[in-house]
Amino acid sequence: MSETSTVDQPVVSTTGLSHTKLAMWVFLGSECLLFGALISTYLIYRGQFAHGPAPGDIFDIPFTSVSSFVLLMSSLTMVLALAALQRGDIRNNRLWLLTTALLGSIFIGGQVYEFTTFLREGLGYTTSPFSSAFFTLTGFHGVHVSLGILMLMSLFISSLRGSLRKEHSETVEIIGLYWHFVDIVWIFIFTVIYLVPSPTS
Amino acid sequence: MNTETAQHEVSMDDVHDDSHEHPSDGKYIQIAAILGVLTALEVATYFVDIGPALIPALMVLMVVKFFLVVAWFMHLRFDSSLFTKFFVSGLVLATAVYVIALTVSEFWTKG
Amino acid sequence: MTATTTVGDVVDQPLGVYTRPTGGTGWRDWVTTVDHKKIGILYGAAALFFFVVGGIEALVIRLQLATPNGTVLGADMYNQVFTMHGVTMIFLAAMPLAAAFANYLIPLQIGARDVAFPRLNALSFWVFLAGGIFINLSWVLGGAPDGGWFGYAPNTGIVYSPSVGMDFYALGLQITGIASLLSSINLTVTVLNMRAPGMTLFKMPVLTWMLLVVQLLLVFAMPVIAVALFLLMFSRLFGARFFDTTVGADPLLWQHLFWIFGHPEVYILVLPAFGIISEVIPTFSRKPIFGYPFMVFSGIAIGFMGWGVWAHHMFTSGIGPISVAAFSLSTMFIAVPTGVKILNWMATMWGGRIKFSAPMLFSIGVVSMFTIGGLSGVTHAISPADTQQTDTYYIIAHFHYVIFGGIIFGLFSGFYFWWPKVFGHMLSEQLGKANFWVMLVGFNLTFGPMHILGLQGMSRRIDTYSPGFGFELWNMVVTIGSFIIALSIVIFVVNVILSAMKARGKPPCGPDPWDARSLEWITPNPTPVHNFDEIPVVESLDEFWHRKYGTDENGRIVRVASAEEVCQTGTATDVHLPSPSFWPMVFAVGLPLVALGLIFNLWLTVPGGSLMVMALYAWVFEPVDDPDAVHDDAAEVANVTEEAPVV
Repeated sequence: MSETSTVDQPVVSTTGLSHTKLAMWVFLGSECLLFGALISTYLIYRGQFAHGPAPGDIFDIPFTSVSSFVLLMSSLTMVLALAALQRGDIRNNRLWLLTTALLGSIFIGGQVYEFTTFLREGLGYTTSPFSSAFFTLTGFHGVHVSLGILMLMSLFISSLRGSLRKEHSETVEIIGLYWHFVDIVWIFIFTVIYLVPSPTS
Repeated sequence: MNTETAQHEVSMDDVHDDSHEHPSDGKYIQIAAILGVLTALEVATYFVDIGPALIPALMVLMVVKFFLVVAWFMHLRFDSSLFTKFFVSGLVLATAVYVIALTVSEFWTKG
Repeated sequence: MTATTTVGDVVDQPLGVYTRPTGGTGWRDWVTTVDHKKIGILYGAAALFFFVVGGIEALVIRLQLATPNGTVLGADMYNQVFTMHGVTMIFLAAMPLAAAFANYLIPLQIGARDVAFPRLNALSFWVFLAGGIFINLSWVLGGAPDGGWFGYAPNTGIVYSPSVGMDFYALGLQITGIASLLSSINLTVTVLNMRAPGMTLFKMPVLTWMLLVVQLLLVFAMPVIAVALFLLMFSRLFGARFFDTTVGADPLLWQHLFWIFGHPEVYILVLPAFGIISEVIPTFSRKPIFGYPFMVFSGIAIGFMGWGVWAHHMFTSGIGPISVAAFSLSTMFIAVPTGVKILNWMATMWGGRIKFSAPMLFSIGVVSMFTIGGLSGVTHAISPADTQQTDTYYIIAHFHYVIFGGIIFGLFSGFYFWWPKVFGHMLSEQLGKANFWVMLVGFNLTFGPMHILGLQGMSRRIDTYSPGFGFELWNMVVTIGSFIIALSIVIFVVNVILSAMKARGKPPCGPDPWDARSLEWITPNPTPVHNFDEIPVVESLDEFWHRKYGTDENGRIVRVASAEEVCQTGTATDVHLPSPSFWPMVFAVGLPLVALGLIFNLWLTVPGGSLMVMALYAWVFEPVDDPDAVHDDAAEVANVTEEAPVV
């Protein structure tokens, strides 16, 4: 991977666009195919709950609504972090980065709580095609969020050491794109998996 | 596709000083507030029975939220259309291919 | 990820961050290289090695099937050999050979000094190599994959495939998949962002266009097989229920996911070959490609339409008559853009002053052999006919005509054509011709009779057959043919070695040995490490050709400049290039360790994972080698551009 251009170096490319930003958008295009496959697998299997709990029986919509809202708001804090850095406001950039990571962690905490509750209620990873598909889909999403949190914390630490300055806005922007994408995948999952009425046993 | 012959030089400073291209913090908060309201509406469908309007309503709300985040938070409406092309391509391709696969698997009729 | 340190922070080096290697010579140079040309050569060498491995697997298959009730291989071993033949040829030979051409030629054809992300490029190679070695470790670690290259679950689940073979399959292909995905993003950005001044998309050579379509196909198709492989991995390793039909799993889920990837995959395999012959045929016909826009658009059309035909691999799986009819129609339609290409290649040759050198022979071989394979493909599209053909040797005939006849012949055309560019000497023309003719005869003797065997009812994927069905004669012919193919490969290897020996101690061959058309030939042979002395300014398609040839007052083509006048000397010394790095290779080594850990002992994932994390961290923070020269790989493009030529 190339270093982004640093202090006042012009980016020269045929399209005028930065390599890394273009690469991130191409990657996000490919991620649509990844999550699409996982979502489709879930949809095919949501009615195959064998003798275990059915989705309609086990989902806790109010709880998941709160964690979905938390993740949604983390997109706001992410974009505020970027805007701050673009203004040269290092302190607020750092603050919003940390907040975003925190909100993401709360979301993950919510997922962990949800999963352990389901486990206690008889829905394990290997209980049924539905359970395997559900945990795999949400698990993949959760791993994506967790990787995002790691990247945000790396940025936060860089910032603490004084290495994250206005000229590095693009790095924050690109990690932001990844973060927002992970958020919109959840917008999709929340509606299609949770809110659309599911089979009951 | 790009048919210009000149190389583009984009200085890092230029991109980030174009304040007319960047929404203000206030605008972002506004968008977030709208997203909050839409989420509340979505969740309300869990408590309030709206009959056959449920699925269409959820789909509309989802698409609007999706669009707001992509266009504003991901800055796509202000950025190069090439990014939009890549993202939309992935989205459209995934939707088409998986809808066909679900159709062949009789998902819409037999679930 | 991009570095978050700046030049001024070189002093502030966190633990584990080393100064970058300075390259140098010998094995250290090859192991740390980020030069697209060396990476291309590495891909080519590794892929040719695996091609031979896959070829030996084929010969063993043919020894087993030469006679009825064969005793060379037991049924279980046969399954492993035929599975690995497919896996090796597709993922470890054909795809990396295409990657070799893509890596070496794309920057040169578009007038760039390297790809967009040089270290990522190196990573893709090392990860591919790690994956290839990993899958083949299965032979000695419990048994090779035995569920076919297409790995159909539930058959490949833990119940029906209890050996570790399919674990190696799932994990190994995930590893090689990572390589392909990263490379596809890299090359997409390269083609879009790093073209020389004046090179609009419609002035790019057809090869670059086809390779761009291939990268886009990879970007969108690799995630689908990744999911299929994850589902298989999780089922086998952790007991997930994706393929357990006793609790309601769909027996067709795997097939859908696999073929949604699998069909674009075959276009990923063939389009590079189509691109190669689209460069060779015009050169040796001394005419521009006929219908350039149609060549470009048909390639794009193939890319699009390839997504809508996958269930033609599932006609007899019970998807029902409506689905079968729909995919039958879409499959018939996809023959059209390929037909356009065949006609355009033929039209290019028509009226040209054809020179039947080795590269041209192989390219003509592609046009003819692929047409035969395409015709049998059309017969498959007609689903009632396919019901008879499916799971017989007729299908094997079809796909080998397109894969071998199309792809392998195309790649060999490319070897003979670009060998002087890469190595600075030509391959022997006589041995090249012998290579071609022996390969053509062997190939047709091997796969031609399979059409007959298939229609006579010989099943595919069987380890042996009983006497008395009438399969004996043609199977023997096929086996003899396969050894003739092997002979042709020996001729190629001999050609490579003898040509290298003959060239030792002699100066490299001069510029432009073929009187070619595209920009890579403007550099001397072999290509200097910095590619272009000055980045050319492009004014037309076939830019290089137009610098050598103009038209006189009667409109006839006349030579206006010699190769020596047009070609660069390669003597520029002040070009700054991306620095080498060891971290891509270190990261790659971690992956098979993690995979082995998942199969055998979870503790192994710790060193594997640690290596990956450490390498990633060191990679992100490693400094630019020359603190005084702030450089961005993209800036290299604009470093030195030539004056626009006065034509």
